[in-house]
Amino acid sequence: MQALEASYGDVRVLSAVTLSVAAGEIVALVGGNGAGKSTLLKSIAGLLPPRAGAIRWEGEDLARVGAHQIVERGLAMVPEGRRLFAGMTVQEHLDLGAFTPRARAVRPASLARVHALFPFLHERRRHVVRSLSGGQQQMVAIGRALMSNPRLLMLDEPSLGIAPRLVRTILTALAEINRAGVAVLLVEQNVQAALTLAHRAYVLESGRITAEGPSAALLSDAHVRRAYLGPLATRA
Amino acid sequence: MSALAQQIVLGILIGGLYGLAAAGLSLVFGVLKVLNVAHGELIMLGGYAAFWAVALLGMDPFGSLVLVVPLSLLAGVVLYGALFGFVVRANEETREKNSLLIGFGLALVLHALAVRLWTADERSIVTPYGGAVITVAGLSIPVVRLLSLVIAFAVIGGLQLLLTHWRWGKTAEDWQAALLTGIDVRRAYLLAFAMGTGLAGTAGVLVSVGYSVSPSIGLEWTLKALIVVVLAGLGSMIGTFVGGILLGVAEALSAAAFGGPYREVVGLVIFVVVLCARPRGLFGR
Repeated sequence: MQALEASYGDVRVLSAVTLSVAAGEIVALVGGNGAGKSTLLKSIAGLLPPRAGAIRWEGEDLARVGAHQIVERGLAMVPEGRRLFAGMTVQEHLDLGAFTPRARAVRPASLARVHALFPFLHERRRHVVRSLSGGQQQMVAIGRALMSNPRLLMLDEPSLGIAPRLVRTILTALAEINRAGVAVLLVEQNVQAALTLAHRAYVLESGRITAEGPSAALLSDAHVRRAYLGPLATRA
Repeated sequence: MSALAQQIVLGILIGGLYGLAAAGLSLVFGVLKVLNVAHGELIMLGGYAAFWAVALLGMDPFGSLVLVVPLSLLAGVVLYGALFGFVVRANEETREKNSLLIGFGLALVLHALAVRLWTADERSIVTPYGGAVITVAGLSIPVVRLLSLVIAFAVIGGLQLLLTHWRWGKTAEDWQAALLTGIDVRRAYLLAFAMGTGLAGTAGVLVSVGYSVSPSIGLEWTLKALIVVVLAGLGSMIGTFVGGILLGVAEALSAAAFGGPYREVVGLVIFVVVLCARPRGLFGR
């Protein structure tokens, strides 16, 4: 039902990457700096035009859909660095998140869900986001994306620059979002955490998929452990 | 002393137009990351449009805004479709470089065209109330220029409100985040470019009413607008307006202190100093 395939011929960053996310799945995308993880996510979200290949979403080729309509199709993205609007309040971000007609129609229900997930966003709804910490801002960014009522939520490095305690809160929230039926595609530097959370994972290296499979299997894979979990993990 | 105060008053009056000229440039650069160096030529065309509307159609100079603004919005749509629409498909750095080339070419074409069509003569609009002056505390304020300042302020204030309260205005702040919420960024680009051209047209009308217009004023106005954008920084239209007035006053002061020829120099000095000391501008994000 819900299947996403992405394949690119962009030689510079991504070469012939094929990946899929099924309905209700959490899929992690891991790999070193500059492997092309962000590029892949941005291409799916319409921020970058792919050089070649197709991104299929529920049977439709997203290349034929206007970039701004992708979120209306049910794909939402939490970009790297959060990209909030500094002068706007928490609530204004959530309102902006429900910009498209489909999302606007169910705005009160989405808002209740987001507030249940992150009560903080209700408590601080009148605060300008500039005054929040990195982790709190990340909740705003995730809340904004959820307000579009997505069926697939993509996150680019949600734990970057965030206090460990809040990273745990956010990862727990992702699991909860997923239990509500939203598929998650997660790009994460924190490989251990990502693989623990995800059902399946892909390893992206220099623009190519070098390993894929159930995340439990990848967690015990010797190459993955050596490359991404550090020498201590290898010895253990 | 009162001669100096009089110069400052005149500086404020023209500064409002600098602000208006810069607002269009700033809007287009802020939203599209396209630097349209033909902006001054668009102001020049707006000035001619007002001149001919008055001369041929017998319109009131300020009334000609009703005709010139829609025409310049339309010109913006055409220019975007024909020239600048291609540029915004590229990444941001390429956009800036390519738009400079396109804008420069466009400026040359428009300048040559204006000379060809209307000769290089300087023209200004003569109105029955053109010489009217209000005297406040011994300072004379030309009515036409005062009215221009009020119009410029109203337009910029309206623009500021539009950009902060209209969701599409978010594109100016972060196009990627705007796109991710479902805002049609391409359409926002078109709107911003058309509005920038509309602002240039408005400025052109006010320039030809209060001052004069000739094919060669384009470069001059592009330069003034660029100085104000650098001085004020991106992101605040009211800041741009204030920046324009600061430039007008600075020009007046330097003309009074060092003599007329230095009027043009102070702007360039401000340009360099601000770039070195505060690259984001006085009010920039």
